[in-house]
Amino acid sequence: MNRFKVWITYLQVAPLALVFLLFLIVPIATIVVVSFFDYNTTQIIPTFLLQNYEELLLSPVTWRTYQQTIQFAVITWALTLVIGFTVAYFVAFHVRSPTMQTVLFLICTIPFWTSNVIRMISWIPFLGRNGLANTTLMNMGLIQQPLEFLLYSDFAVVLAYVHLYTLFMVVPIFNSMMRIDRSLLEAARDAGASGWQTLWNVILPLCKPGIAIGSIFIVTIVMGDFVTVRMMSGGLSASVGLMMANAMSLLQYPAAAANAVVLLLVVLLIVAAMMRMVDIRKEL
Amino acid sequence: MQHGKRGPAFWFLGAFFCLFVLFLYGPTLTILILSFQGPSGGLTFPMNGVSVHWFKNLFEKQMVGDFAGSLQRSMILGAATMVVTVIASFSAGLAFRNRFRGSGVIFYLAIASLIVPSILISLGIGLLFRVLGWDPTWYTSAFGAHLTWTLPFGLLIMFAVFNRFDRRYEEAARDLGATSWQTIRHVVVPILLPSLIGVGLFGFTLSYDEFARSLYTAGTFNTLPLEIYGMTTNVTTPVLYALGTVTTGVSFAVIAIALLSVTWLRRRRARHGSDAGKAT
Repeated sequence: MNRFKVWITYLQVAPLALVFLLFLIVPIATIVVVSFFDYNTTQIIPTFLLQNYEELLLSPVTWRTYQQTIQFAVITWALTLVIGFTVAYFVAFHVRSPTMQTVLFLICTIPFWTSNVIRMISWIPFLGRNGLANTTLMNMGLIQQPLEFLLYSDFAVVLAYVHLYTLFMVVPIFNSMMRIDRSLLEAARDAGASGWQTLWNVILPLCKPGIAIGSIFIVTIVMGDFVTVRMMSGGLSASVGLMMANAMSLLQYPAAAANAVVLLLVVLLIVAAMMRMVDIRKEL
Repeated sequence: MQHGKRGPAFWFLGAFFCLFVLFLYGPTLTILILSFQGPSGGLTFPMNGVSVHWFKNLFEKQMVGDFAGSLQRSMILGAATMVVTVIASFSAGLAFRNRFRGSGVIFYLAIASLIVPSILISLGIGLLFRVLGWDPTWYTSAFGAHLTWTLPFGLLIMFAVFNRFDRRYEEAARDLGATSWQTIRHVVVPILLPSLIGVGLFGFTLSYDEFARSLYTAGTFNTLPLEIYGMTTNVTTPVLYALGTVTTGVSFAVIAIALLSVTWLRRRRARHGSDAGKAT
């Protein structure tokens, strides 16, 4: 490559690099710096303190909140994995025409391009006290009183997560499935494997990269979420993101920053563990 | 599986798929219906008559905050994010075909940008502007925050696209005497146009709907998702659903335009063969 071409290459990648520098690296660095600052009710004071971390890590509330957030992440992960895998499996292996596959795949992805906040609101007529679910169950005589746990509860939070984010599982798993050489399935059948055995011993292992990518998305989204928890639990459940947002609304920026640093480390550790299972660059 | 009659597994999985689609779209359809509630109707069924009362209500400024203004801001921001995402991703995609120093770093930054929780980006940019003494606005800080979400998608799509791109088209163009700029303009861009439209779709819709990354970066004037979120806490009439219907309508219109143009391009290409290089 000659010198001129090298410059062109750098010029081509410059806009992207600049955005990441200004709006990813510098802001994260700011969070790290501010997390050591002091603050009072009106302002933040530049200094170097470990107090924000001490207060955060020594508080039992923090540990309970992390426990609840991780619990949300694990439940959501398990549900989206099972549902996402089943959906992707149907479209990849049971739908025969490629056009139909594309259409069904698009049907699954279109909600991704619409508003999450609206999609959460749209559960109100279903789950509310006088919502469809309660009315139907009462008309059927199954319950006497409306169920209170449907809206504004942990149940509603997990339901919303599954509703909003299953797609992040479907897409990478579907992608992995479409790359599986179909003659492998034939070979498995010829060798006497049943449908289940093929699924378990051939398809599932080959979908591991897709599963890993989907899992990374789900876990990082749920770990950092706060709007779903706030809207669907009506303030009854906690999450790490919500804890941070609360500190921000009290103008305790350094406390929020310390919280953010810890969350970032936790998320990066989880992702690093998952990345060991997959080389993302190979998957494109 | 691939041949012969459909087994019970097909029907079971098919039913599961249908339920999943119902689960995905059912709630949205419900609020679409409920947004046409009569003026005395509530947030749940039954319908008390049918009217467009709540849509009218939506555009009366004093009733529900600044809906029209936030819609306009979100549209402009979405369009700007779309343009920058398409250009920057395409250009970076071209660069990544050559090995260059730092390519690994930039690739991992893109991945990091995807997996770092949105609220951290929002918080970081908000804090940065505060420390510097600048006021966050929707067209500066929120614009940058949105790009950190749309660019990784754009870049990953461009990777996938260039991996499948046949470089012989470019060589042919060069052999015929095209400059590098002409090769890109008349060969590469026309061939990749459907994918670029896809990247644009991601750019617009992800920005238009972004909540967490706008939260601490939008400043004084709300973007649409922030406005909607604010309304959920103090509005308890079907005007909320009317808002949902209008917002989702805009998203669906954008998705439809993108998908139709991609289909149209594919059809045209199938009819004429590739027209790369024929453009003037």
